[in-house]
Amino acid sequence: MDETINVTIKSDTDIVLAREQGRALAEKLGFTQIEMTVIATAISEIARNIIEHANSGEIILCEHHNGVRHGIQIIATDQGPGIPDVNKAMQDDYSTGKGLGLGLPGSKRLMDEFDIQSTVGGGTVVVMRKWKYT
Amino acid sequence: MRVPIHKQGSYLIASIQAALTDADLLQLQDDLSSKVGHYRSRGAIVDVTALDVMDSFAVRTLRSIAHMLRLRGAETVIVGIQPEVAFAMVQLGLTLEDVATALDLEEGLAYLYELTKKSGHKNG
Repeated sequence: MDETINVTIKSDTDIVLAREQGRALAEKLGFTQIEMTVIATAISEIARNIIEHANSGEIILCEHHNGVRHGIQIIATDQGPGIPDVNKAMQDDYSTGKGLGLGLPGSKRLMDEFDIQSTVGGGTVVVMRKWKYT
Repeated sequence: MRVPIHKQGSYLIASIQAALTDADLLQLQDDLSSKVGHYRSRGAIVDVTALDVMDSFAVRTLRSIAHMLRLRGAETVIVGIQPEVAFAMVQLGLTLEDVATALDLEEGLAYLYELTKKSGHKNG
């Protein structure tokens, strides 16, 4: 059975922990050094989004197969206030937090697949995947 | 983990040893700002060789450090950005374009030396 790693995100030290766990899993799955760094960076951005906008949440890391390819899947969930305008949040330079407004669109660029579902008052779920090509 | 800051002549060298939390980065900002005044430093080098991830918060903080130190009369150089970290930064949309960078500590020191040797004052 594929391994699933859950990291509770409630402080800035958890951001570091989540990206270290993500890098370790990516290495185990055979990703290259550059891909491992790209994955760890995307995890860092979405974990920070949880802290900034929802105070706490969870990052779930696992291997993922779609029949043809396999890779890593990262799910970020929180029960925060949700994002009123997801399209706006996906634009570069749009920020309501302390970052540079690159978190969500930047993570999308770093990964192969990126999906975000958010309901106001109901929280946010981000699912992102990176496939192995080699 | 607190980043050790060494004084070398009129420069400060902050050598990041391991992954930093947001709080660690802000601590580094405070430490450098006060040490530049204490030692009357003309330049500072932040060595990020040990960082395996530079996300938007890290980049924003390094930019703030460079801008703050310039207001305190010192130039800042970021050295040691790893190739895969540079790749991820560009993908993410981070450039550090208004901050000086150099390949390694040696290049960083040479850069600061050139920049600060002419006079005690540096504009811009």
